[in-house]
Amino acid sequence: MGYTPNTPEEIRDMLAVIGAGSVEDLFAPIPQELRAKSFDLPAGMSEFELTALMRAKAAAGGSDITPFIGGGVYDHVIPAAVGHLASRAEFYTAYTPYQPECSQGTLQALYEYQSAICRMTGMEASNASLYDGGTAVAEAALMALRITGRHAIVLDATVNPLHREVVCEYLGSLEAKVTQVAPKGCGSDLERLMACIGDETAAVVVQTPNFFGSVEDFAALADKAHQHGALLVVSCYPIALGLVQTPGEMGADIAVGEGQSLGNTLSFGGPYFGFIATKKRYIRNMPGRIVGETVDKEGRRGYVLTLQAREQHIKRHKATSNICSNQSLCALRGLIFAAALGKKGFQDLAALNYDKAQYAKSVLSKVQGVSVLNAGATFNEFTISLPKGGAEVVESLLASGVAAGVPLGEYYPGMDNALVVTVTEKRTKGEIDRLAALLEEAL
Amino acid sequence: MKLIYEKSVADRNGVRVPLSDVPKAEGFPEQLRRKQPAAFPEVSELDLVRHFTNLSRRNFSVDTNFYPLGSCTMKYNAKIMEDVAGLFSDCHPMLALIPGGEKLVQGPLSLIHGLERQLAEITGMDEVTTQPLAGAHGEMTGIMVIAAYHKARGENRKYVIVPDSSHGTNPASAAMAGYEIVTIPTAPYGDMDLDAYRAAMNGEVAAVMMTCPNTLGLFNPHVAEICAIAHEAGALTYYDGANLNAIMGKVRPGDVGFDVIHVNLHKTFGTPHGGGGPGSGPVGVKAGLIPYLPTPRVVRKDDGSFSVEAHPEGIGRVSDFFGNFGIMARAFAYITLLGREGLIEVSEQAVLNANYMMARLKGAYDLPFDLTCMHECVFSASRQAKNGVHAIDIAKYLIDRGFHPPTVYFPLNVKEAIMIEPTETESKETMDAFIAVMLEAAQLAGSDPDALHEAPVNTPVGRLDETRAARAQQVCCEG
Repeated sequence: MGYTPNTPEEIRDMLAVIGAGSVEDLFAPIPQELRAKSFDLPAGMSEFELTALMRAKAAAGGSDITPFIGGGVYDHVIPAAVGHLASRAEFYTAYTPYQPECSQGTLQALYEYQSAICRMTGMEASNASLYDGGTAVAEAALMALRITGRHAIVLDATVNPLHREVVCEYLGSLEAKVTQVAPKGCGSDLERLMACIGDETAAVVVQTPNFFGSVEDFAALADKAHQHGALLVVSCYPIALGLVQTPGEMGADIAVGEGQSLGNTLSFGGPYFGFIATKKRYIRNMPGRIVGETVDKEGRRGYVLTLQAREQHIKRHKATSNICSNQSLCALRGLIFAAALGKKGFQDLAALNYDKAQYAKSVLSKVQGVSVLNAGATFNEFTISLPKGGAEVVESLLASGVAAGVPLGEYYPGMDNALVVTVTEKRTKGEIDRLAALLEEAL
Repeated sequence: MKLIYEKSVADRNGVRVPLSDVPKAEGFPEQLRRKQPAAFPEVSELDLVRHFTNLSRRNFSVDTNFYPLGSCTMKYNAKIMEDVAGLFSDCHPMLALIPGGEKLVQGPLSLIHGLERQLAEITGMDEVTTQPLAGAHGEMTGIMVIAAYHKARGENRKYVIVPDSSHGTNPASAAMAGYEIVTIPTAPYGDMDLDAYRAAMNGEVAAVMMTCPNTLGLFNPHVAEICAIAHEAGALTYYDGANLNAIMGKVRPGDVGFDVIHVNLHKTFGTPHGGGGPGSGPVGVKAGLIPYLPTPRVVRKDDGSFSVEAHPEGIGRVSDFFGNFGIMARAFAYITLLGREGLIEVSEQAVLNANYMMARLKGAYDLPFDLTCMHECVFSASRQAKNGVHAIDIAKYLIDRGFHPPTVYFPLNVKEAIMIEPTETESKETMDAFIAVMLEAAQLAGSDPDALHEAPVNTPVGRLDETRAARAQQVCCEG
């Protein structure tokens, strides 16, 4: 039942070698009074029954809804090769490459992944992945505290609200001060952000494109932060980086983000991966695993986990982070995705997202009572205002099989009538036109 | 092997993106564009497939090799788990968070709730959150819950106690949750030194973190007393569930006196390790701590439907959604498939295999704690070290012979540690083959130590220069 192969005869032989009378005897070190008071689980079932049960659950999973929603994770195409290659059992049934000579597959792949993240973000050094977008932003903030020896973070409220919640939870434990700066319209309030930077500020944390879909240039903010000895942390959306300015180009010190859109399925919230990349001089302050290149005695190139003196298994409570298992397999998917699309495909994909969203913008803004709120450029998301409550409209459109957007009322006071609409390359013109028609009806 | 970037040829096309059915949009501002495209490799799909297929062949894995990596529970990952988890690929988590969306995602929500109930029963806890994304993340979450509990009682406790044999993640996680660490040594009998522990416990201690069975594979018979001592001082007790594979159906941490537990789904519940994750680290708590679990909670309503509800008194969000759902789906499937008897059999056979391994090898290797072990046993290569052969040399020799080495040099309180966890899914035959090579290595350590120093020779690369890697800090290829 439990994939346990030993036959009764083998079990008898093994017990004889051990010198035990029964398997139960092996549990003798556990005092009787500590034994389980209950273990009330149903009997097992076969693969066939299990499949039926799981199919029923998956069928009630909303995958028939047309998603114009994002919230940090997105419905993108995934080339078939990604799933097939990442499903090689040699990858997915291995573990952390502690023994490099028999783990060169994983190690080289992670080195290639780190290289892909550097190329994508315009940074110099990446680790081998973090858990998800929110924890990556939190780890970046912690990293900034370590680098600067300061205790305050300025957090732009245009950063994904789910990520901000995670940041506040992580930093709250360490009694670090987090100052959130409210948005100005659908953009960052750059003046306020700059005014909040002081000589005790460890970092300013921003996002591009932001939660409203707006794309902004933070180069001036980087300069201001650097003048005060603070860092700039930029959270970014990978697919957008096929088109928009990179954190590196803006002068960011740390780039982070949610990696899901690089070849990972939606899968009801995970597993995904977080990425983090920085300048080479901050590498010793990075959390998590890092793979480095080296050679063996005969000069053959190979890869190892490196700078491990930062990590919990060596440094224990003085480690740069508690992270151990990360999201290796998801990062591998990210790498294969990037390599499958290649330099040109990645640009084409970004352009297609932009085109589709611009088309949706033009169609939706023709709907009576709907207007686009973003003042400047957007990528594949934008914010619209409606003549009535966004929550109500979204709920009513679900009945027609369309998730029209993420209502902002819950996350931003006073924005009850606003929706963030996401349009990836997978949304067809027909689906976009239908969204417009349904909105027209609902308003 | 060349890097994928070294196989790139300018203008070679990879996978095609979808054709556009909308007009080309102009007007994206020049100033906001990236100046240089990301230099991703330009390879054909076949190049890509060969590259990653060949890379994969440079790995040992559970599906290709015996992988007795102690403390990591490298059991077989049943194929059916992959199939059923894949059924949820297209479920968008934001649907659960938009108005009216909950009713469209009842399937995944019921799975989350179902897994929480299964884990609560297995561990003897009252409620579980699935939000933490790995074991260490679970530890941090659990300690944050404990901090919130003390804070709500108006107490500002400063310390967390850990034994020196604990996983490094324990002290690291407690430090991230804002605590100072007190480390207790291991007594000669293999468990945390009780007197030292008693002396360290006081009203400023927030919690004690225990792994039981501990990293020596030993079940601490004083565990209830340890919990009672903590409770008397108003501290809480944390159970590191890394070694839960040893005790399913035998002991439940909740019955023993533990208040908080995390479970590594990728260890005990047979989900694949992915070359270093994704894992999943659900946290279970006793009733008094339920208010402090992270927000939001998946709640079963009176009519049998499920909703996602804010948990206002709780700690905030520790991850973006509901946890590593795909991993949770695999674990739910595993528990459902095996059922009560299957899970008990898992623990019994895991313990039998480890004791067999210990009995067969203890003549050839030092066994610092010669007691009945649970799911793993820890040897020392100190006898071989006298001939200049260290644990690492034995590990590399095993690689040459087709076995993934055990965990070496952990736990830190055993010199030259070799930590073997066969797991329940390995047959006696496989273990016998491994034992034969371990005995051979012990013999070679006496007769021909250099043979071990040279290993491995059958791998694509020999021993790699780690000092050079740390000095060069070459962590991405230029381009």
